[in-house]
Amino acid sequence: MIGGVSESRGVDEPATHEALALVVREHAGRLAASLMSLLGDFSAAEDLVQDAVEIALERWPLEGVPDRPDAWLFTVARRRGLDVLRRESTYRAKLAQLTWPVPAEPDDRLRLVFTCCHPALSRPAQIALTLRVVCGLSTAQIAAAFLVPEATVAQRITRAKKKIAEAGIPYRIPAGEELPARLEQVLAVIYLLFNEGYLSSTAERAQARDLADDAEWLAALLANLLPKEPEAAGLLALIRLHRARGAARFNADGRLVLLADQDRTRWDRKVIEDAIALLTRTARTHRRPGPYQLQAAIVACHAEAERFEDTDWRQIVVLYDLLLALAPSPVTRLHRAVAVRYASGPEAALAELEQLGGVLERYALLHATRAELLRDLGRHAEARQADGRALELTANPAQQALLEERLRWD
Amino acid sequence: MKYVLMFVETEQFARDLEAMDEAGREAAYEAVGRWFAEHADKITHHTHLHPVHTATTVRLGGAEPIVTDGPFVEGKEVVSGFAEVEVADLDEALALARSWPACPVVEIRPAS
Repeated sequence: MIGGVSESRGVDEPATHEALALVVREHAGRLAASLMSLLGDFSAAEDLVQDAVEIALERWPLEGVPDRPDAWLFTVARRRGLDVLRRESTYRAKLAQLTWPVPAEPDDRLRLVFTCCHPALSRPAQIALTLRVVCGLSTAQIAAAFLVPEATVAQRITRAKKKIAEAGIPYRIPAGEELPARLEQVLAVIYLLFNEGYLSSTAERAQARDLADDAEWLAALLANLLPKEPEAAGLLALIRLHRARGAARFNADGRLVLLADQDRTRWDRKVIEDAIALLTRTARTHRRPGPYQLQAAIVACHAEAERFEDTDWRQIVVLYDLLLALAPSPVTRLHRAVAVRYASGPEAALAELEQLGGVLERYALLHATRAELLRDLGRHAEARQADGRALELTANPAQQALLEERLRWD
Repeated sequence: MKYVLMFVETEQFARDLEAMDEAGREAAYEAVGRWFAEHADKITHHTHLHPVHTATTVRLGGAEPIVTDGPFVEGKEVVSGFAEVEVADLDEALALARSWPACPVVEIRPAS
């Protein structure tokens, strides 16, 4: 069992909205899954859970979290259902028979995840649905996390639910040969969610829902429910390795700190060790490397180094080669070039970058990396130009601040 | 559920087909025939359309119907045929579409 899924966090903490949302997350998906198997109607099940979640977020701050949040949510959803489904007599009859506890199938939430991430839905719809149905986020929380109007999220979800019903998107775990491609979709959604949360986490946005936390929770859920799929565990290890170093990414003023300059004593060693153990165990058991396991292995190389100078760059270059063989991408080649800089020197790295200029012309990190290499080689005027170009291209305030500082110092 | 698979040809596909020799074209048609035979239990109806230059479009929006030469939308991708299928859900329809051996685009729409 991989930790972090069933522990119900937040109950003992002060009853902040945030903490309550985490309790909801532990139970909303299960409730959605059992209502779904009872009613056979995704949209109706989802509406009832959402209503129950919203009532909980209103009442729990005043009344305290109930002893059995799952039974509480269930009772509210059932009562709501009997109320709103008055006209739909078959649903009513089914709901009326329902008593707590509902016999739970262990796979239920997995079916939910695969339906939410069905390739016939657009990526934004997959993300919004997964957050709402599996993690129990409210529309308002999703909107706040992505900085989009609530109406946009609501519309996205309504459309997606309509498509599920009308296009006949099934509610099931994909069969054997379909599974790899479908799992890839689910993992991509989770990783995107993680990046959205992790990269946008700045001091100013500390109030917003931490999507990186939801992503880690989802990855743990998936790794638990799909023990035969090493990539699920790989993604979980990757996310945990990144998050273990999260505290050191920003200084007291909320400015981004580069890997080389981070205070490594602030990295969470315990989390790093556990994640590396998970990764090693997964690799040994399955012997089926994949892009997430390899990315996690690369991050592990960084996380294991006590000082920046101790980083095993040659090993990292080898891992990038394996990754590129499985999943070619210009961004991965850029990252590999950074490793080459430390393994073989700036000249070799710059030569690799120059090949990428065309494809990644509009990618800020390419220009920022180029600037660093040019500075290494003493070509300061060109470096300034590259930094300026990077600054034009990035929208992330923390990255902007870093680049501005570099331009001032140079 | 009932779905319609719309088979969509591209200019490139049409050119490739034209460039084939007699035997190649024969093989391509045979593959399509095999596909229909293999899935005969799910296919309730199918139609192959003649090339797009044979199309005539009638527009009824204005005061008088306007008849024009050509398809309703001029594009590089044109519908070249339909198959109506009866399957359990979208995943089954997707599996059928994935195994389609001819033109490179298939649109799936639920139908009633």
